[in-house]
Amino acid sequence: MSTDSQQIAHHSPVLEFKSSTFSVPVLVLVGNDVITIEQQLQEKIQQAPEFFKNSPLVFDLQELNKHDLDINVTELTHIIRKLGLLPIGIRGGGAQQNQQALDLGIPVHSGHIARDGVYAANQSGTGAASTATSSAAPKQQTPEPEPEPVSAPEPQAVAATTTMITQPVRSGQRIYAAGDLVILAQVSAGAEILAEGNIHVYGSLRGRALAGVQGNTEARIFCSDLQAELISIAGNYKVSEDLNSAVHIRPVQIYLQNHTLVIKDI
Amino acid sequence: MARIIVVTSGKGGVGKTTTSAAIAMGLAKKGHKTAVIDFDVGLRNLDLIMGCERRVVYDFVNVINGEATLNQALIRDKNCNMLYILPASQTRDKDALSQEGVGKILDELKKDFKYIVCDSPAGIEKGAHLAMYFADDAFIVTNPEVSSVRDSDRMLGILSSKSRRAEQNEEPIREYLLLSRYSPDRVKLGEMLSVDDVQEILSLHLLGVIPESKSVLNASNSGMPVILDEKSDAGQAYADIVARYLGEDRPHRFIDDKKGLFGKLFGRK
Ligand SMILES: Nc1ncnc2c1ncn2[C@@H]1O[C@H](COP(=O)(O)OP(=O)(O)OP(=O)(O)O)[C@@H](O)[C@H]1O
Ligand SMILES: [Mg+2]
Repeated sequence: MSTDSQQIAHHSPVLEFKSSTFSVPVLVLVGNDVITIEQQLQEKIQQAPEFFKNSPLVFDLQELNKHDLDINVTELTHIIRKLGLLPIGIRGGGAQQNQQALDLGIPVHSGHIARDGVYAANQSGTGAASTATSSAAPKQQTPEPEPEPVSAPEPQAVAATTTMITQPVRSGQRIYAAGDLVILAQVSAGAEILAEGNIHVYGSLRGRALAGVQGNTEARIFCSDLQAELISIAGNYKVSEDLNSAVHIRPVQIYLQNHTLVIKDI
Repeated sequence: MARIIVVTSGKGGVGKTTTSAAIAMGLAKKGHKTAVIDFDVGLRNLDLIMGCERRVVYDFVNVINGEATLNQALIRDKNCNMLYILPASQTRDKDALSQEGVGKILDELKKDFKYIVCDSPAGIEKGAHLAMYFADDAFIVTNPEVSSVRDSDRMLGILSSKSRRAEQNEEPIREYLLLSRYSPDRVKLGEMLSVDDVQEILSLHLLGVIPESKSVLNASNSGMPVILDEKSDAGQAYADIVARYLGEDRPHRFIDDKKGLFGKLFGRK
């Protein structure tokens, strides 16, 4: 499904094309004042500097354009780069904005953020012929960000979009799931789990958990023991200092309400 | 089949070399032909603890470079003829070891030895990577403090994703926890993590608890692995660990101090 290598007659191939999905944060702009953008972006980065350091980024202008708010893409790109992020795509831009981006070597992504949970498939679906899925390797720490092959015995696969991990996720490991992520073991401090959809952790969650990393604000985190270093849904963060230690050892769910993370007993 | 055991931790100074020497000696004393390899190129510690530092002619790096044969470099232990030591080089830098070279030596050792114990250097860099890469079993040496436990967790992640077994999709490395320098008094005072705390964080099979003990220093000063000091608590802890590793069921000791020495000796509740 994911391999579309070309058949080239009479040559032994030295390359092949593969389509794969990467985790790339999407910066959705809702205001066009570049000074405020820079300020707020900086604040976000300071909350999780390691996460954002040299991170690839797609910026999304759909909301702006919906409200006829114009923005200078060259200027915006300059700000993003200045803050240490690497813009690798524009989404939802107008023709002129797209051209500006292309002139800066930034590819145009025709996908858009869908709402209400139907976000996962459209990346490659609406991209159709014009664009490939996201490129660029995501920023990374020690082990590979690809869904760990160590785990997930095949027969247990729940649904095509669910990644199941049965081993502990250790400090320094990073797991990325294109859909939902179900972890039947602990997530150690210093580990990082990311999902485009929901995250379920049935052991202690002591590391970082980021759900809805493609911008799905409906994504939720469910866990049986919340001791996380950081939790995030669609880019809205809470670090462990902000977490009430009283929620330990009780099953909770975390969701987004008016751009604020809500932690509730289940 | 030979088994390669890596003694590793991430953090430095937690007792890896002490443990490597003790369990290698323990396995050999049980009649298994055992080799213990010092991967700490540049520091060379194991030969001191084994008391063979004055008999070192060739080392690990010489063998990798083809300057000596394995048989020339292996030193037979003075106390046990089933035990051999392959010392590290003191004069080379860490880059002298290569994955290919290490693999070849281990393959050769596997023909002749039942157990090959690899004493890993601290850290998660090249030396530690090479020490664990070919392992079948891993002894994770951890001290009851947060930074050591965290580093062990990190090492466990590396074992499960960067080892040969992981890369070739074979059965994973068997991981065992050795909680070392444990002091029940200090646990009680809240100065140290308890066995349960560590177990909760790492969720790992506990092979044994080694108490903080003066006998370890005495042993290393006299160049005898502490397991040979059968009267000492640390020596007994290592003997238990070897027995458990070989499949014996022994109750854990040295976790609390509510019993006197006799209670401990007989493992009674
Ligand atoms: N159970 C113990 N009780 C008391 N002291 C101990 C114990 N185990 C180890 N030590 C002491 O701790 C120090 C470090 O031990 P050792 O050299 O075995 O650690 P290591 O993990 O190999 O260190 P490195 O990372 O430098 O290689 C030594 O001085 C040793 O005597
Ligand atoms: Mg050592």
